[in-house]
Amino acid sequence: MKLPTLREIGTEAKLLLIGIPVLIWTLVPIYHMFLFAISPKEDAFSGKLWPDHPRLHNFEIVFRQQHYFLRDFWVQFGNSTVIAIATGALTLFIATAAAFSISRLRAPGGRAVMNLALFTYFIPAAFLAVPMYRTMGNYGLLNSHWSLILAMVTIASPYAIWVLKQASDKLPVELDEAATMDGATTLQLFRLVYVPLMMPSLVAVGTYAILLAWNEYLYAFLLLSKDTDITLPVALGNFLAADDSPWELLMTTGFIYALPPAAIYYAFKRYMVGGLTAGAVKS
Amino acid sequence: MAITLSDHAVPRPPLSARLSTPQVWGIVLLAPYLLVFLAFVLYPVGYGLWLARHPQSYVALYHDPIFARAAVNTLIFLVIGINVKMLIALFLSGFFAQQRAWIRWLSVLFILPWAVPSIPTILSVRFMLNPEWGVVNHLIFQFTGDDGPNWLNDPTVALTMAIGVHIWKSLPFWTLILMTGRLAISNDLFEAAAVDGASFWQKFRYITWPSMRTLYVTCTLLSMIWTLGDFNSVYLLTGGGPADLTHVLATLGIRYLRLDQLNLAMASIVCALPLVLPLVYFMMKRLSR
Repeated sequence: MKLPTLREIGTEAKLLLIGIPVLIWTLVPIYHMFLFAISPKEDAFSGKLWPDHPRLHNFEIVFRQQHYFLRDFWVQFGNSTVIAIATGALTLFIATAAAFSISRLRAPGGRAVMNLALFTYFIPAAFLAVPMYRTMGNYGLLNSHWSLILAMVTIASPYAIWVLKQASDKLPVELDEAATMDGATTLQLFRLVYVPLMMPSLVAVGTYAILLAWNEYLYAFLLLSKDTDITLPVALGNFLAADDSPWELLMTTGFIYALPPAAIYYAFKRYMVGGLTAGAVKS
Repeated sequence: MAITLSDHAVPRPPLSARLSTPQVWGIVLLAPYLLVFLAFVLYPVGYGLWLARHPQSYVALYHDPIFARAAVNTLIFLVIGINVKMLIALFLSGFFAQQRAWIRWLSVLFILPWAVPSIPTILSVRFMLNPEWGVVNHLIFQFTGDDGPNWLNDPTVALTMAIGVHIWKSLPFWTLILMTGRLAISNDLFEAAAVDGASFWQKFRYITWPSMRTLYVTCTLLSMIWTLGDFNSVYLLTGGGPADLTHVLATLGIRYLRLDQLNLAMASIVCALPLVLPLVYFMMKRLSR
């Protein structure tokens, strides 16, 4: 083995000098959350960097709903799941149909719709939240899960359509022509040619919409209010209502809540990076 | 479904019809999104603008010191926060583009803030900064014997912390995007420059920057638009406090909404439009090419 030269060691040291602070910066808030999740209250509140008696008791309290703030934990977990999956499914349906129509069928007005979608994509989410809240009230949807699902679909579909359209444009037009020559109807073309070829992008878009809905705080907190209707992030925010909040339980619940999206993200990272950054770089 | 029924009514074979079958399908398949757009974007936006029509709302905003403060805070957040973030992202994209096994592993961990939901991590930071029980002040006490500051009770520090939380959360995303742009630059250019004896800075100045400039500006503008809507970083860390001095426009609108002053909420958003609309127009032109 060749010994590294002084110059190579110098480069490596410089890289480490960047890498170590980056690692610490990234992990501190997450480690702090994990630390609270495995600490009894006394240890958590005494500022220790590792608890004297690490334990999983906090998780037991959360799972058994043995605290005032946690009495609807499983219902809220279920709400989050249902809303995320419904948002993912609806967004996929709407966006795939729209992208197929704009890119493959060249529907009249398709370009205009694409621009409307892009316009929506650029409205800051918190700005749309105020009128959206009133609109949902006018539709009589407040406090119904549909209000949050539809709001999330509204926010997720523009980007979904855009990503899917970019991907569709890359499919060769001859495919459609060949299928049509063989007598495929438009629906068959969609079902048997388009959807299978678009699978990687569809996975990426579906994951994107599910994560968006699971992570959403602002809209959930505006549109839902009953303890048995709200999603987990709103429940986490509600912990702050009390002066003596059980922070170790709050962090434990937060940790549990953060695990599924992190797992999904890493599981589908391949699709996410390929499918979602391609668009951003194109510009 | 009525949609499918109406399609059967369209005669299939005659191509003389004004619209061909695929085009009819095209319209049918666009309909779901159009409905969503009309019901949940166009109607709310129109309704919101209608609510914001009273001139006295703007007079009230003008006389509300919290609004002026929020406008200034928003500008600080955008102009300083975003530019600092993007410069760090540009720098780190070069770091992560290095071909090393340990840097690849680090990049997997580095993406964590982006992959996990922001609520629990922001609350985690909030407790770290708790003056009595937070780990930050515990450490300060251990090392100096003095009590640490009451971090979130000082508007300047609190806003800085909120910007820090925002950077923590979105830095990985922008670093990743800029890194993809960096990796797209042909390696031949750098090799040729190395042969010519170009310094590190010269390589950046004459190769990297010219090929990434457009992407960098696009990312900065996009990040500015989105950061205008960043409600969580401020609301969950400071709640707008102390004394409503750390609000940004995103949290201020919601504050008015909760005080049942919907007209003011919409008016405050309308005040941001002269800044937002040109950015949105510019981005749309960029992306719809």
